[in-house]
Amino acid sequence: MMQLAFAHPAAETLSSFIDYTVNGLVIGNIYALLAVGLALIFGVANLINFAHGSVYTIGAYVGWAAITFLHTPLPVTMAIVFVVCALLGMGIERIALRPLQGKARIAPLLATIGLSFVLDQLVQLVCSPDPRAVPSDLPDWRLAVGGVSIGPMDFLIAAVGIVSAALLYAFLRFTKLGLAVRATAQDRDAALQMGVNVNAVNSAVFAIASALGGLGGLLVGMYYNHIDPAMSFQATLKGIVAQVIGGVGNVPGAILGGALLGLTESYGIAVFGTTYRNLFAFVLLIAFLVWFPSGLFGARSAIHTEPLVGTFIAPSRPIRAPRWAVASLAIAAFALPLVTSAPYLLQTLTNAWLAAMLALSLTLVAGTAGQISLGQAALLAIGGYASALLAIDLGAPAIASVPAAGVITAALGALLVFPAFRLRGHYIAIATLAIGEIVSLVILNWESLTGGAMGLTGIPPLSFLGRDLNSNRAIYWTCLVVLVAIAALQTRLLASHLGRTLRAVREDEIAAQSYGVDLDRYKALAFAFGGFAAGVAGAITAHLYSYLNNQTFDSQLSLLALTMVILGGMGNVLGAIVGAVALVGLPELFRVAAEYRILIYGVVLLLLVRFRPQGLLGTV
Amino acid sequence: MASFSCCSFVSGRRACWGLSKPMPRRLEIRGLTRRFGGVAAVKSLDLAIDDGELVSLIGPNGAGKTTTFNMVSGLDRPDQGEILFEGQPIQRLSPEAIAALGVARTFQHGRVFANLSVEDNVLLGAHTRLRAVRPPLPVVGPLAELALALIRPARVKREEAALRDEAREILALFGDRLTPRLDHPAYSLSYANRRRVEIARALALRPRLLLLDEPTAGMNPTETDEMQALIASLKARGMTILLIEHKLDLVMHLSDRVCVLDDGAKIAEGTPNAVRNDPSVIEAYLGHSAVGRAAQSAEAVGP
Repeated sequence: MMQLAFAHPAAETLSSFIDYTVNGLVIGNIYALLAVGLALIFGVANLINFAHGSVYTIGAYVGWAAITFLHTPLPVTMAIVFVVCALLGMGIERIALRPLQGKARIAPLLATIGLSFVLDQLVQLVCSPDPRAVPSDLPDWRLAVGGVSIGPMDFLIAAVGIVSAALLYAFLRFTKLGLAVRATAQDRDAALQMGVNVNAVNSAVFAIASALGGLGGLLVGMYYNHIDPAMSFQATLKGIVAQVIGGVGNVPGAILGGALLGLTESYGIAVFGTTYRNLFAFVLLIAFLVWFPSGLFGARSAIHTEPLVGTFIAPSRPIRAPRWAVASLAIAAFALPLVTSAPYLLQTLTNAWLAAMLALSLTLVAGTAGQISLGQAALLAIGGYASALLAIDLGAPAIASVPAAGVITAALGALLVFPAFRLRGHYIAIATLAIGEIVSLVILNWESLTGGAMGLTGIPPLSFLGRDLNSNRAIYWTCLVVLVAIAALQTRLLASHLGRTLRAVREDEIAAQSYGVDLDRYKALAFAFGGFAAGVAGAITAHLYSYLNNQTFDSQLSLLALTMVILGGMGNVLGAIVGAVALVGLPELFRVAAEYRILIYGVVLLLLVRFRPQGLLGTV
Repeated sequence: MASFSCCSFVSGRRACWGLSKPMPRRLEIRGLTRRFGGVAAVKSLDLAIDDGELVSLIGPNGAGKTTTFNMVSGLDRPDQGEILFEGQPIQRLSPEAIAALGVARTFQHGRVFANLSVEDNVLLGAHTRLRAVRPPLPVVGPLAELALALIRPARVKREEAALRDEAREILALFGDRLTPRLDHPAYSLSYANRRRVEIARALALRPRLLLLDEPTAGMNPTETDEMQALIASLKARGMTILLIEHKLDLVMHLSDRVCVLDDGAKIAEGTPNAVRNDPSVIEAYLGHSAVGRAAQSAEAVGP
């Protein structure tokens, strides 16, 4: 009798547990499809393909278009998606990889970031940013197993996963091209010398990886009956996380990593709720990067023998702008509001000055110290929230809360990235990307402090000596003064022993260490100084907007900042300002519609990486 | 700010060591072993260097010479054994801590900072000697360093200027090879010049022990002779040097002692002449069949 009385709730818990497990495995299967592609590409090209999520999105849209307009049955839809995405993958290889061989090692990574901007934006322009429903012609039955219902979609995803894994295994194991792929992955140069056509191998791998990624996108679209252009970035991230869990470049590891990530997310949602979903992925990512950098299945020394250590920025001679030219530019900038009071121009340039502070922060961290950060916008968010909360909760005046926010951001910035200091090359980029996402998710979920998704309203305007700064001119000058001060400090820092020490860390960590440079100390100093600049920029922005939420400073802004830095020249102070004005100011002044801007950024990044990797003013 | 003093701390520490009896040797390696997987790259190696000595480490490729350097400089950890620098065990110290004790090394393939100027490369070598700008304060040390670098009080400026002068003096040791290229980025230098920058950078540390890993690799005979003269002058100034070199002529001319490694183990040690005639050395270098022939001609090892 006792047993019967307890049977019902227990069975319910069990069945919902199985529900979450099935859901986790299904999503894990999709992640595995993404991760396998990323792992294949990393294997042969030593590249983390940031455009992979875009291929996945395009796969979903191609499938949607085929079903909606051509009314294709499922197998035909899948074949179309497979072929289109394979061709797209070959195109990515031709643009982002082949012409960049022998260039700075960061170049292909940046090229895939640029391509992802372009592809995502094209999808948005062609198909509109609104979500779409993907009709499915699957039969309508559900299989009930012990209170758990499994539908044909679940079976389809499982089948696609298993069949692709089997085909991939057979391809790699038994075909001549598969052998060439494995040889290239093991030692590209040796394979080249033995007559393997490495370009053909890369092309084939990109085709296979992209076809699998595209199928993943289609399946997810059918599973949730929902696709939108914004799904790309998350997909790239999830694929990378799954890959890191399994061991970067490890194909079987990627499959297991995907399943593990899917299950962790599914159980995590069950316990904590949906807004936490991505937090698990990124915390897992950081934990793995820091404690198991070679993943569950990677070779032990994967990170040490990784050929991305040392210099990976383009060698260059910076253009030294003469002092008088810099001084007259600054004077002209200060004098501008005296000549014109056009609010549009002044507001646009104010935005450019704020963006330039972010670019200065990133150019120090990524350019001077060589720690490519893809999460720099999180520093803006920390600064913005810090200043806003100080002003709202403690009534601090802006003149106190803005610098305080800078200091808080400096401390938090250095502290948050600290676990990632031991990582190098592309890994630090992934880690900072994840840390940026974690900051944004913490802001979303820490409602008692940050107001969660509702955000913070009623942030008081900037004020000085008790007077609110409301006029466009006053705000313009304030931002310009802060920018010039930060730029001057950073220039002074670069001319001191810290400048050469940070650059030595960027060039060769091993050699720097052997000459007594404590790497953690100087990386922390770089992140702290950069954190201050970004924190101040975020704080000022918060007071100008009077409203903040977790999406005010999104990860696209981090990538935009990186584009500015590369445009101006890595580590180059004047270059960062030029880059910011060019990418924020010019499109605004020429009234380029917002949806074309990201497209322009992507194209600019691609062209730079290909034709002028040292940027306009050169790497310092 | 300018009153932070660390010079006294350091000279005090050095004075302390001077007093400890009996005088420890400059470098003493005891039973050093390093395995990679199943292969022992270095097998229970013993080696000692006294003040002012120049000891060469020779042996075929893969003998374990660079692995030994890596362990002495802290980039690699021994599986067994001890490394004592002036009596202090250093085998668990970080590379930066070992550099701070006064050990400088060059790298086999050259690891200059490619985008830094020649002068900055050398100045970086003096990093451990920065005192005024790097106050040894707990916790706030890095912040004080940042503040001092930005404010630059007179002490800091003087220190930087003095190091800059010294860097130029060091570069002048190489004749006009590097001096006209002070501002050139290191990536623009010839291979031989990069090797010279490596050595200049090491000298800027004012090393109490200098580890040179194949300083003449990739140099033509004239350049090799120049390098030999330079190393001889360093030795004449009393510098303690551990040298890895394949050019045996140079080794025989410069060394006080030669230690021969083969397959990770020491097979001979002694004066250049003694080592030159040692049959096991000849065998390691030329193979077994050469021993008989070589024994007749003591010069066989020399190139």
